[in-house]
Amino acid sequence: MGILHWMERTEAELIAAVLKGDAASFEPLVQKYSPRVFATVRRYARRESEVEDIAQDIWLKAFERLSSFRSEAPFEHWLMRLAVRTCYDALRAHHRNRETTFAELTEPEEDWLDRFVTQPDAAKEDAEAARQLIARVLEQLSPSARLVITLQEIEGRSVKEVAALTGWSVPLVKVRAFRARAEMRKVLAKIAKEKYL
Amino acid sequence: MNLAKLEQKLVAAARANPTSDRVPYAFEKRIMARLAARPVVDDWALWARALWRAAAPCAAIMLLLGAWSFFAPPTSASANDVSQQLEQTLLAAVDQEQPIDLTR
Repeated sequence: MGILHWMERTEAELIAAVLKGDAASFEPLVQKYSPRVFATVRRYARRESEVEDIAQDIWLKAFERLSSFRSEAPFEHWLMRLAVRTCYDALRAHHRNRETTFAELTEPEEDWLDRFVTQPDAAKEDAEAARQLIARVLEQLSPSARLVITLQEIEGRSVKEVAALTGWSVPLVKVRAFRARAEMRKVLAKIAKEKYL
Repeated sequence: MNLAKLEQKLVAAARANPTSDRVPYAFEKRIMARLAARPVVDDWALWARALWRAAAPCAAIMLLLGAWSFFAPPTSASANDVSQQLEQTLLAAVDQEQPIDLTR
């Protein structure tokens, strides 16, 4: 009965009810948007316990700051902005400047790199080893570089969209994107140098 | 090794593997429990507590000032002069105001 009743109510009605003090109306919003929140958080955190902590933090912040939501834009956009900024804060809080050496690569990752060197087109992008390798490379980037590479290169968002999500200005996004690509190439060069030079 | 191509390949690999959107079991219940367990912030209670705490220092200051004005030695006419000077200064503009001739 409760869930059916919630589903009949629109998002705007649910938000208005929460703002009036009916905290239970927040639950259907959590149910509806948690998959999006978890997919976003998993881009930045690897361990599942960390993912849950960050997702929980996002929802608690969303509840606290719901009064700042302006209904001109969809709730999902507002929530995603909050999610990205919380992920960025988590990246900054847990960032360790640890460099991965080539010796730390797993055997499938090494094989994938070897294949790429001998026959670049034979190294498939959908291989698990490639996925692990990019995750390893992203972990070595600074928080801002990781955020901008993820949003712009991997998720394919425009500079304006990245600016809206992060709260940075458009010129700042451009500068950070340029630096992020340079940082990424530096990490790749280091791995390549260890193995092939 | 072509680093630009390697970068492209790895970014493509990340794109080809979207992250899972799986939500842990009863996650929303956990969030609601956390929200319910949070202490309720009552603005009125906060104000009442702050004002109640401020009451004692305010009373002490009031008593001190009362005692000071009661026990302080009577001052000469200079205080009176100051009040008159202040009144003159404040009303100087009114005193100098010219009546407006409405017939013109």
